[in-house]
Amino acid sequence: MKVEEVLKLKNVGKTYQAKNGEIEALKDINFSVKKGEFVSIIGPSGCGKSTLLSIIAGLEKKSNGKIYIDEIETNSVSSKIGYMLQKDSLLEWRTIYNNVIFGLEITHKKNKENEEYVKSLLKKYNLYDFKDKYPTQLSGGMRQRVALIRTLAIRPEILLLDEAFSALDYQTRIMVTRDIYDILRNENITTVMVTHDISEAISMSDRVIVLSARPATVKNIYKMEFEIENRNPMNVRKSIKFNKYFDSLWKELDVDAKEK
Amino acid sequence: MQKKNNSIERKQYLKRKTITKVSIFLTQITIVILFIALWEILANKGIIDSFITSQPSRMLKTFMNLSQNGLLKHLGVTCYETIVGFLSGAILGVIIAIILWWSKFLSKVAEPFLVVLNSLPKIALGPVIIIWVGAGTSAIIVMALAISLIVTILEILNGFLNTEEEKIKMARTFNASKFQILTKIVIPANISTFINSLKVNIGLSLVGVISGEFLVSKAGLRIFNSIWRASIPTRLSYGKRCNTFISCSNYV
Repeated sequence: MKVEEVLKLKNVGKTYQAKNGEIEALKDINFSVKKGEFVSIIGPSGCGKSTLLSIIAGLEKKSNGKIYIDEIETNSVSSKIGYMLQKDSLLEWRTIYNNVIFGLEITHKKNKENEEYVKSLLKKYNLYDFKDKYPTQLSGGMRQRVALIRTLAIRPEILLLDEAFSALDYQTRIMVTRDIYDILRNENITTVMVTHDISEAISMSDRVIVLSARPATVKNIYKMEFEIENRNPMNVRKSIKFNKYFDSLWKELDVDAKEK
Repeated sequence: MQKKNNSIERKQYLKRKTITKVSIFLTQITIVILFIALWEILANKGIIDSFITSQPSRMLKTFMNLSQNGLLKHLGVTCYETIVGFLSGAILGVIIAIILWWSKFLSKVAEPFLVVLNSLPKIALGPVIIIWVGAGTSAIIVMALAISLIVTILEILNGFLNTEEEKIKMARTFNASKFQILTKIVIPANISTFINSLKVNIGLSLVGVISGEFLVSKAGLRIFNSIWRASIPTRLSYGKRCNTFISCSNYV
């Protein structure tokens, strides 16, 4: 069985048109992601990480290059992709349950089977008791988990996380990343995460892609290898290799900052 | 999770909530009663002139003879005109706001016109409206509409355009159509905008109806008011307005 490349980017570029001229945000981005892999994208701030994710999600048009999902070229929003944003964007006029099935409603996939699946996810991740509450009654960490389940409800093959945890306070964030890491591994979901937090990238990913400053291109790809059984974001943070990776990634970003 | 039997603390909390609610209501009632009582007493003592300000007891007497003096009929007419003006203003306003939200191009085109129309003194349009739709109930309703419609459009459109971008983006990640974004995000997110604009609107419609009745009506609260005013010594100042009314009617 060959290793499946679920997502593949070929020479993807993006140029913005503005009144005062053109801005080249992304240039010749090439990488691919294997099934079940967790890949993080880091880069200096303002380099266009989030733009890249929006392009993969099909929300923004790319200027050139090609994107393949399951080896099929894709140009618009694909039902195989789930996209989780920085803000949970729960709809405060809907109950938790109705928020979670929002995606199913929009994609006309609301049926018994999928609703059962959603309920099983809620139960599994300790949110079932809150299903009739409203978002304002939940803590930030719980809301973020609800948002994740809303995204998972449509059973995406690839999950895109856009700084999905940066709105949370430090402690909640560590806990939520652990929870979400478990959820994603359990459901065997391929994930691409954009973050500005180096330690978050190291603790969660199989590979870390480093982008350069604008126009962003892939500068380096690091493989995160820890000889740990039952790897999870918590015990990775404690390992010696964690610091090693942190240093090299820090230097990668630091060089760019100085060049500026 | 939630206990069936409320704890003592919860009971106290609920009790406090009820007490606050009741005391707000009682205070409101007290203010109304005090106001009416003070008015009545001051008028009785002759400190304020009841010829000009009337008096609660006299007003009550008038209300008692509803069937004789026709107040009921006039009240009904005004209510009917206000409600029709209000409803058509709200419905048309929402529909136009949705159209403008849907098409950025149209809303850009419409923007200066809306601003100009909004700043127009609509009451001054009265005579023109009479010429267009005829002197009658329809002119009054159009008047109410003219006053409330543009404000409704502007307010609701503003609410629509200020819907959280992130929520719309979230819906788009599920490939939501524009119609789905409208019905599942934009409209529910703006329920409070709707309610606020309805509150303002009912007042504006009434202003429109009363000023419409000034000009054309054969019935309604305003005309009733005029007849009544004309029969008291302050008729001088109102005579002027009655003249306007008569000249308008003649004009038509």
